[in-house]
Amino acid sequence: MTTLTLGKALNTGLRKAMEDDPKVVLMGEDIGKLGGVFRITDGLQKDFGEARVVDTPLAEAGILGTAVGLAMRGYRPVVEIQFDGFVFPAYNQIVTQVAKIHARSRGKLPMPITIRIPFGGGIGAVEHHSESPEAYFAHTTGLKVVAVSNPADAYWMLQQAIASPDPVVFFEPKRRYWDKADVDLEATPPPLFSSRVVRAGDDVTLLAYGPMVKTALQAAEAAADEGRSLEVIDLRTLSPLDLGPVEESVRRTGRCVVVHEAQTNLGLGAEIAARVTESCFHSLEAPVLRVGGYDVTYPPSKLEEEYLPDLDRVLHVVDRAMEF
Amino acid sequence: MTAVREMVDPVPGAGAPHLPAQPDLVQLLTPEGERVEHPDYAVDVTDDELRSLYRDLALVRRWDVEATALQRQGELGIWASLLGQEAAQIGAGRALTDQDMAFPTYREHGVAWARGVDPLHVISLFRGNDLGGWDPVATKFNLYTVVIGAQCLHATGYAMGIQRDSGTAGGDGAAIAFLGDGATSQGEVNEAMIWAATFDAPVVFFCQNNQYAISVPIERQSKVPLFRRAAGFGFPGVRVDGNDVLAVLAVTRAALARAREGSGPTFIEAFTYRMGAHTTSDDPTRYRLADELEEWKLRDPVARLKAYLSRSGKADADFFAGVEAEGDELAVRIRKGTLEMPDPAGTEMFDHVYAEQTDEIAAQRAEFLAYQEGFAS
Repeated sequence: MTTLTLGKALNTGLRKAMEDDPKVVLMGEDIGKLGGVFRITDGLQKDFGEARVVDTPLAEAGILGTAVGLAMRGYRPVVEIQFDGFVFPAYNQIVTQVAKIHARSRGKLPMPITIRIPFGGGIGAVEHHSESPEAYFAHTTGLKVVAVSNPADAYWMLQQAIASPDPVVFFEPKRRYWDKADVDLEATPPPLFSSRVVRAGDDVTLLAYGPMVKTALQAAEAAADEGRSLEVIDLRTLSPLDLGPVEESVRRTGRCVVVHEAQTNLGLGAEIAARVTESCFHSLEAPVLRVGGYDVTYPPSKLEEEYLPDLDRVLHVVDRAMEF
Repeated sequence: MTAVREMVDPVPGAGAPHLPAQPDLVQLLTPEGERVEHPDYAVDVTDDELRSLYRDLALVRRWDVEATALQRQGELGIWASLLGQEAAQIGAGRALTDQDMAFPTYREHGVAWARGVDPLHVISLFRGNDLGGWDPVATKFNLYTVVIGAQCLHATGYAMGIQRDSGTAGGDGAAIAFLGDGATSQGEVNEAMIWAATFDAPVVFFCQNNQYAISVPIERQSKVPLFRRAAGFGFPGVRVDGNDVLAVLAVTRAALARAREGSGPTFIEAFTYRMGAHTTSDDPTRYRLADELEEWKLRDPVARLKAYLSRSGKADADFFAGVEAEGDELAVRIRKGTLEMPDPAGTEMFDHVYAEQTDEIAAQRAEFLAYQEGFAS
């Protein structure tokens, strides 16, 4: 067991992936000498050289477009988008090229590209630095999308994403980068595209991913003090969704609440609610409810604590689910 | 009508009222088919190669004519004609070696031909059977990229891969990105040139300036001749007569050699003209005058090489008759192959979305099959 912050676990996972496969190439803005604005690539350029850890020109479409070409040449690019709100200049390459080239070429040109994106709010940042754009990518066929919530998953899931033959958009909860936990570097990790029960319970199934897993666990802890038992599932994979554990849980609890920071309208919660309603209709005691960001422009940081779901808002919606 | 003819200058574009004079144009064959020398670009081709270049030009044009006819008869959904751009494409395509990798737009049928791609594998895309039927790895000819300019970054990234494989600034092969005049306005194309320049990537940007981006003329894309943009990025730019297959061959060979030896990118502006419509859905009479087309017909790339071969005695009437007969055979093969092309299986759309199929798509595939089977009885 090694104690690692989530950020250091990512760094350690990247180092391992680069040691394991010489075709892994890291690209991004400020990831070389500086080690990235969050230091996730700290020390890697020094150890692996400038050909494998590339400080790119300041152009996100360029990062993704050249990653496509490198992938066609047999490389495994891992690109860093500096902040969630800066992915949009690269959106065209991700959606029209990265996501489609495998299908266009009928499998002749795989796109094993990992797109790392620090996402979510809670760090008091300026505009474009606190967003949750995961639904745009989950909606795009041809991409796979995951979000990590803890150091162990950060270490393993990043390596699994890099090893995947498909493009993976890899969301990192930036406000949890400094959270610490024990990581077993010798463990056998669960499959990448699987969700996981992280706290067992009987009354309500609480679904979360990324930064909201911690919030959901805190809510479950608080609810337990009031004699209410919440089961918390870390979705981990957003596309494809792994709803097997969710359905198993909801058939027992009869109640389901989905939590995410992203705006509620057409967020992941909407898709999950539709599917769980269809598959667990006869078990449900209440409609599937959502707790998310309000459908407003991400607010200035003085208001973000009101905007983001927190323990109290989660419990408030859990109460609603219980009232049905 | 004589007035129009008087405006025509032997140098393409020089006498046309809408085009600037072009002292920088690289040319080795005049529009009349006279062989001329250029101080910077020599071309070393045997008579056999000259005849083979003519054959390529003529056959690609025949393919294009047949495809346009097939579209008009409802057999293709759409066709993007290369009429007028044969020399630019064959010249560039024939400059490539087996180690080079080409990144086309959706109009590079001439380059496809030069790379040995079966015309029916291009036709199948425009018929709606697939998204390009050829193997981009085996042919070293990427699939057609329809989003304008996106492939320039792919070529640049591929070139960065060549550098990493060789451990040097160059390599055994180079990448070549094809783009049009309109694409030069795209941000991604400019990003590609910045990347190529700062990493000295072994890539050639081959721009066919055919004067129009669908209906919008070059003047709306650039205030300066396109080849001069390269200087701002920090690498050479060359304007070549795109209707002169020998000049295009010479200029492209030189640019590829420069890339392979590790000296970085080159921007080639092949100055040409789209003699047909943008695609079969377009109507050029709405945005350009017939006189302009008539001017460019005098610079026809196929007729130009034919004139040179005839006058110099390098090919005789039997040779031209042979190529024409071969063209007719090709047209028959394309027509027959198109009409006999089987429709794709419905399940095809599910099968290559991912390298590792997801349970979700596998379930939809099964659902689709069950639904289809419901109609069986």
